[in-house]
Amino acid sequence: MGLPERETVTSAPVPLLQATDVATVFRTPRGAMRAVDGVSLSLARGETLGIVGESGSGKSVLGRTLMGLITDGPETSVTGSVLLGGNDVHALTPAGRRTLWGTEVAMVFQDPMTSLNPVKKIGRHLSESVRLHLGLSRAESRDRAVDLLCQVGIPEPARRAGQYPHELSGGMRQRVVIAMALACGPRLLIADEPTTALDVTVQKQILDLLQSLGEELRMATILISHDLGTIAGRTDRVAVMYAGRLVEHARTAEVFDNPRHPYSRALIASIPHLDLSPHTLLPAIEGRPPNLLNPPAGCRFAPRCVVATDLCTTQSPALTGRAGDDTGGAVACHHPLGAAKEATV
Amino acid sequence: MSAAALRRLTLRVLELAGVLFIVSVGVFSLVVLLPGDPAVDILGAGRPPSEYAELRHDMGLDQPLHTRYFDWLGGVLTGDLGRSVVPPQSEVSDRVVSALPVSAEIAVLGLLIALLIAVPLAMWSAYREGGIADRIIGAGTFAVLSVPSFLAGLLLVMVMVNSLGWFPRSEWVRIGDGDLLGNLHHAFLPALTVALVELAMFARVLRGDLIVTLREDFILAARAKGMSPLRILFSDALRPSSFSLVTLLGLSLGRLIGSTVIVEYLFSLPGMGSLVVNAANQGDYPMVQGAVLTIAVIYVVINAGIDFSYGYLDPRTRRVHV
Repeated sequence: MGLPERETVTSAPVPLLQATDVATVFRTPRGAMRAVDGVSLSLARGETLGIVGESGSGKSVLGRTLMGLITDGPETSVTGSVLLGGNDVHALTPAGRRTLWGTEVAMVFQDPMTSLNPVKKIGRHLSESVRLHLGLSRAESRDRAVDLLCQVGIPEPARRAGQYPHELSGGMRQRVVIAMALACGPRLLIADEPTTALDVTVQKQILDLLQSLGEELRMATILISHDLGTIAGRTDRVAVMYAGRLVEHARTAEVFDNPRHPYSRALIASIPHLDLSPHTLLPAIEGRPPNLLNPPAGCRFAPRCVVATDLCTTQSPALTGRAGDDTGGAVACHHPLGAAKEATV
Repeated sequence: MSAAALRRLTLRVLELAGVLFIVSVGVFSLVVLLPGDPAVDILGAGRPPSEYAELRHDMGLDQPLHTRYFDWLGGVLTGDLGRSVVPPQSEVSDRVVSALPVSAEIAVLGLLIALLIAVPLAMWSAYREGGIADRIIGAGTFAVLSVPSFLAGLLLVMVMVNSLGWFPRSEWVRIGDGDLLGNLHHAFLPALTVALVELAMFARVLRGDLIVTLREDFILAARAKGMSPLRILFSDALRPSSFSLVTLLGLSLGRLIGSTVIVEYLFSLPGMGSLVVNAANQGDYPMVQGAVLTIAVIYVVINAGIDFSYGYLDPRTRRVHV
């Protein structure tokens, strides 16, 4: 089965990415750890999605599962389906998946200090994938590497291409990591906490770069972050993840202005604002995220939720509604906020 | 070459010279401190004392130690390692020059065989960490490590020479004789004997380092680019994992050149190990001094080369000393 023509994808309503009921379970010595538990989402061409959640909520695992970097194996079980440009990522052979990586989907990793090989020159990081996927000659791939460095805003790209990663600053290195991901023109970019390891002053530059490149190249982007602030205003939609599940999935403005899941509301309330008076105590979420080896029955947020009822601790709420809707998107809650006004529960 | 690099090189050479000076003192005094009297060894017991005294005077043995050391060192620096005190009293340097290529060839060939087998085994093991292949390779290398080389050599001779007849009975064909194939044919079994223990060590060390490297983020990043596992192993994982291996390689090479006595005896090779052992048995102190010094110099130079190779292996260690 070959890749579909790009034209058919743009004209047809088939989404670029269609994940259905994806679950990733790690078999650990202490039991099965359900890192991702029944996540469904879709992404159209050029669309941007933010995935937010606390550390350990499964967002990085979700990103890697969507890409097929984590697959079904002896230590991991992956169920559900991920369709990427019409290919079922998890039904492909390992070699088949590798042809998608770089060309169809690419990933920007969290820590630019460790995601570049210390013994390889910057140029080689970029040229080897274009040689592999696009079949360019040595000289062509070298030129392409310099172009890519230029594209991600690295000054003196030709000189930088001949340097080793340790000779570049953290922000420069993350630009290289981004250039690496862009090298073969992927249609989907998954950025997994791309600014977490960077200085605050550099974070905005990197996010702006990702955003402008996404628009310029008409590339769909999934921006994974634990920080709602990085996502605000940068993505079309936001999916809030808690303990391996999506609890809310809606247009970004909708989530920020009118969060419907108590967890989303608590997350947003804990973002510091400049207009807060000094020494204001920010509202933190009481308790800790559940142990994924032994998650609570019912809604996983119930033990920490201020509006939880008996129903919440026994029955797990399904994600209902549509993420693209203007009417609030999808939420997985028995008592969604704002619902009480419209209808008496 | 930049000024800083030149300076570094000069410092390094001076350091080497210092080490070699200490080595030469050690080698010289080692033999002087050994029990036994060379004059008695040469003339045999039961001669009149005046004959021994005369011989000692002729050989310069009645001079003070420091005079003897500098005389010897002066000779060494001009390429004269002295003469054997055992008939036919040949030049030490001639004997060293004829024995060294044999040992060096066995050592280099042995290490090449060891690397050729150990690197793929270690990669396979590390890539499938904890899998069946890893466990079999682990057990196999452990078994090989615990077999002494004389036993392994004997077994190889029994099977390959006596039973199968694939290799000739021990005798040495020099490379210089123009018969390279014949030479390799004779060198293979001793080299393989040497390789067995080394390859087990190499495989275990490299496997451990590879496993650590394969957990690095940049390996995941290389995978995400669509690189094949084989390519990632060779082009991304091997070099950053090879520090211990290269260090071990240098130590092994130096050691093998001087101390493969057992293998040399087993295959009757005229190498450095047998040269030193025979000379020591015969009390041929100039021979022992010359041979041991040669081995020590080679050892030191190889390991200095290994130190330099770290700069190639990891660009982060290429510091400029100001």
